[in-house]
Amino acid sequence: MSPADPLLRATALQKSFGSNQVLKSIDLSIDSGLVVALVGPSGSGKTTVLRCLNGLETPDGGTVAFRGGPALDFGPKVSKKDALSLRDRSAMVFQTYNLFPHMTVLENVVEGPVQVQKQPRREAIANAERLLARVGLADKRDDHPFNLSGGQQQRVGIVRALALQPDLLLFDEPTSALDPELVGEVLTVIKELAEEDWTMVIVTHELAFAREVADEVVFMDDGVVVEHGHPDQVLRNPRHERTRRFVDRLLNPF
Amino acid sequence: MDWDLVLSSFWPMLSGGLTATIPLALASFALGLLLALVIALMRISGQPVLSAIARFYVSVIRGTPLLVQLFVIFYGLPSLGVTIDPWPSAIIAFSLNVAGYAAEILRAAILSVPKGQWEAGHTIGMSRTLTLRRVILPQAARVSVPPLSNTFISLVKDTSLASLILVGELFREAQQIAAFSQQFMVVYIEAAAIYWVFCLVLSVGQSALEKRLDRYVAR
Ligand SMILES: Nc1ncnc2c1ncn2[C@@H]1O[C@H](COP(=O)(O)OP(=O)(O)OP(=O)(O)O)[C@@H](O)[C@H]1O
Ligand SMILES: [Mg+2]
Repeated sequence: MSPADPLLRATALQKSFGSNQVLKSIDLSIDSGLVVALVGPSGSGKTTVLRCLNGLETPDGGTVAFRGGPALDFGPKVSKKDALSLRDRSAMVFQTYNLFPHMTVLENVVEGPVQVQKQPRREAIANAERLLARVGLADKRDDHPFNLSGGQQQRVGIVRALALQPDLLLFDEPTSALDPELVGEVLTVIKELAEEDWTMVIVTHELAFAREVADEVVFMDDGVVVEHGHPDQVLRNPRHERTRRFVDRLLNPF
Repeated sequence: MDWDLVLSSFWPMLSGGLTATIPLALASFALGLLLALVIALMRISGQPVLSAIARFYVSVIRGTPLLVQLFVIFYGLPSLGVTIDPWPSAIIAFSLNVAGYAAEILRAAILSVPKGQWEAGHTIGMSRTLTLRRVILPQAARVSVPPLSNTFISLVKDTSLASLILVGELFREAQQIAAFSQQFMVVYIEAAAIYWVFCLVLSVGQSALEKRLDRYVAR
């Protein structure tokens, strides 16, 4: 693919769990440097899409291609090695942080760079300290996750992903496990990253946030992409009835 | 009460404990733990054959008396042309036995680590093996310290069975002194007391270890 191609192109992704067809046919195309907000009702398959892109789940069918990499065709014959190669291109920030509880904050962050990417330890530490300082956690480097608030833990989760310098950052409802007063500190960090060159897919129920930071909103329902486009269009002027109902329900919950 | 006998029998018994009982328990526990890890990993590998072998092993070990296992190795194997000395026989039997119990403890401990920890390992690019080594096993180790300590304490007491295959450990010393002096009650109570003190010391060590490991874990 040439530099003008999107960073990531996924076509006709399918995934079933038993008889439950969770992804029916998902097409996604993500340009470098853009922020995509993935929204949709609970159970529509948003998390599953992220997991497929990150190689945590193997799709039953469809293709995923990162720029400069092979176009992986998830037919019956896809090799395990190819499927796992996706993990080198993206990193996930989890809803429940999933920090390593037996490691300090700093160890959490340098684990991937040192153990997987084989960076020299000193270099990885310097980089981790720089990133921790950026999110306001320089003084927490030797603490264990258990001693941190949810908002602090999630900021470490974000730094852990950033430290790997992935091409694509994947956020799965990064603030929905947080107490309301801690949501802002995490959204601020994500917004700052959005203003830099990071390419990200953010699954979120915070529509106001999506409108503010996203370059594109993708609305999913029932395992398909119903519509996608500029945030103002999708969230203010939805073309589809299903999108309209979803947006209304989120804006006027009662 | 024959205090002279109590005193004169104390040193042979204690030295049997320190030079045989404890080393026997430590060596068997270390080997057993290694084997247990292999069996636990086979059990959760998702490979039907490996997992069935592991299940069979655990079932046989837990379903037969330790004394019988010991006798099969020391008295039984020679009839197949394999003769093993008392000490190695004891270590083999005790490690195989400990492995059966510890494998179940390790399996449960590994499975108790939340699935999100595997995923966090994978998302930073770690393979299954690396995630297991760097993320899962350290957390599983913490969970398994209390039950493994109990297994170790049981093992220390179980080593007394080795007296029946002529290992000169604490209880064999006691038996010889008792037979010679005909003071069975005094000598066996004294042996019991020494085992008890060993186990008390071990439980204190266990609590200290648990405290240390629990420093950073949510409760
Ligand atoms: N590992 C799994 N095994 C079985 N079913 C699964 C698995 N993961 C997801 N599902 C099912 O797939 C469907 C979609 O799940 P998914 O988590 O992708 O939805 P979602 O859009 O992220 O929802 P939410 O907004 O609640 O997080 C759900 O019905 C869920 O029960
Ligand atoms: Mg989800």
